[in-house]
Amino acid sequence: MLYALSVAVALALSSVIVEATGGDWWPVVEALVDGSIKAPGRWGETLGVAAPLLLVALGTVISAKAGLINIGQEGQLLVGAAVAVYFSFLIGGPGPLNVVVLLLFGALGGAVWASLAGLLRFWRGVPEVLSTLLLVFVATQAVGYGLKWQWLLLADEASRGNRNLVSEQLATDNRIPRPDVFGNEFPVTAYVALALALAVAYVLARTVWGFRLRMLGHNPRAAQRSGVSSTTYGATALAIGGAFAGLAGAAMLAGGGFSFGNYRLVPGFSDNIGWTGLLVALMARERALPAVVAAFVFAGLRTGAGFVNSTGVESRITDVVQGLLVLALLVPPAVIFLRDRRRARAAATERV
Amino acid sequence: MLIDFFAAVGDVLSSESTYINGALFAALLAFAATGEWVAERSGTLNISVEGMLLSGAFAGALGYHLAESVAVGLVFGAVGGLVIAAVQAEMSHRLTADQFVVGLTLNILIVGLTGFLDREIDPRADYASEVEIPILVDVPLFGKALFGEPWPFYLLYGLVPLSWWLVYRTRWGLELRAAGENPQSADVSGIDVNRRRRQSIYYAGLTSGLGGAYFLFARLATFDDSVIGGQGFIAIAAVIFGGWTLWGTMAGCVLFAGALSFQLSLQGLGYELNTELLQALPYLVTIGAMAIFARWVRPPAALARPFIRGLK
Repeated sequence: MLYALSVAVALALSSVIVEATGGDWWPVVEALVDGSIKAPGRWGETLGVAAPLLLVALGTVISAKAGLINIGQEGQLLVGAAVAVYFSFLIGGPGPLNVVVLLLFGALGGAVWASLAGLLRFWRGVPEVLSTLLLVFVATQAVGYGLKWQWLLLADEASRGNRNLVSEQLATDNRIPRPDVFGNEFPVTAYVALALALAVAYVLARTVWGFRLRMLGHNPRAAQRSGVSSTTYGATALAIGGAFAGLAGAAMLAGGGFSFGNYRLVPGFSDNIGWTGLLVALMARERALPAVVAAFVFAGLRTGAGFVNSTGVESRITDVVQGLLVLALLVPPAVIFLRDRRRARAAATERV
Repeated sequence: MLIDFFAAVGDVLSSESTYINGALFAALLAFAATGEWVAERSGTLNISVEGMLLSGAFAGALGYHLAESVAVGLVFGAVGGLVIAAVQAEMSHRLTADQFVVGLTLNILIVGLTGFLDREIDPRADYASEVEIPILVDVPLFGKALFGEPWPFYLLYGLVPLSWWLVYRTRWGLELRAAGENPQSADVSGIDVNRRRRQSIYYAGLTSGLGGAYFLFARLATFDDSVIGGQGFIAIAAVIFGGWTLWGTMAGCVLFAGALSFQLSLQGLGYELNTELLQALPYLVTIGAMAIFARWVRPPAALARPFIRGLK
């Protein structure tokens, strides 16, 4: 009820913004729905965006469960993609094998980048909130630097055509297959991401390792007393979080299709997927399965945005809708939480 | 090679425009970082400062568009910053929503909203008039940079000491710092922790909004949604670099703005250089400083930890 109300308020507010600037709001809604689900081939596109979002979110869930606030997924994703490109061309194995190599190196790259923050946190005591955030901007510049030099990432002159700062394009047999399902094609990473979501949910809820991780997050002191090393478990959780983000980067590169650089690493490749994936995880309140739904919603807003321009309303409005929706979805749980507390306190005082 | 490098550095350091550019960026960072510093001292990592700057810049342009006056533009800018602050503060420190979700969302939202409104309204602004302080402006090299600036620049000379006084010399400031260091104790002694945090975010919104509007009137005169381009995050880096002291924060602003203007001047004088390294410099320096000094300089103990009475 509260959810419906606050979402309605957000949508109403967005439509007021559209109307106030002389547009019509209903076509915008139609365009959003068309672009994300209804039009032919679009929900496949949406799934293709949802997959990396979900991967990023899963990594965030794991590090958040250990009580660590990692907000540097954007950088970890970008570094993962860059490392994946570099090594896939360096090794250049036969097709399908190289896809696996690509994904593994993507995960490795993300993990290493996140581990920098882990190292700073557990060796020098630098809060990981700050270091992960700052490392995002270092990552952007580092990858930008790599894209300037042919011995690092830049493609040779013949294959980059008239564009600068792009990497070599992945060969067709090095791409993640995009099978056709009911007229929608999307990379198989969507299934992988879904399977990983189930796996993460299981591991966190049902294994000793997951239990220890949650214990560390809930009460570090109790965890330490019962033999859970905050350094080992924390650093591992952070690295895994980064690995997921890096995997997302590699998956975007090898399976993303036209929406993500068309199988090339380009400047601005990460395109806010890292930030949005973080939002997905936080919206899902750091739980793996709700993140699946949240990832799809966010992906839908992104793919739907492509259709909004045709209505004559500036497509930037979808950023506004997306932002307002997130804010709207934040309100109800908070209100419910505060209301329950007030009731509990009232009940407690009555008993006295 | 090395001699070339020193020649380049010499050229840059002896050109007046380096200092003028440096002062411009330093002022933008200082406006934002002052407010951010106050916010962080109260224990909230206000990540939406980027959005506040952008909102301030757009509102400033809008104000000028409507009233043809820089002063009105600045007031609009401050209000623009305050609007973002209101959302950030009320949602994260009244409704207990996660402060990072709110901040990141606001940053994305504001880029979209200002970009959208800019296309629809297309506000026109203009440069603020320059005021030169006699005698001092004739000091070689940095006289013009410090004393011959567009007039909103001089607000900083009041704002920074005022912030210092508020935080270190008033009851409000003491309570604010208590909220940032030990919210439980502060709460027990009768301080409304979340209220202090909200107020500190409003303060950050005010200064960042002014900063955004200042930048618009001092450098650009037309709005574009990429004008701030990550300067808000550099301001956050400056606060961290400064070890959560105001003077350290200001030193960070000057250093990072210096690096930026150094890079611009080098390019202006026709030298080739590694721009990526210089752009990453603020972040690398901050990370390095944190790694070296983290044992001695510590953040406010409750930084980025939400306070809900009875929990934790």
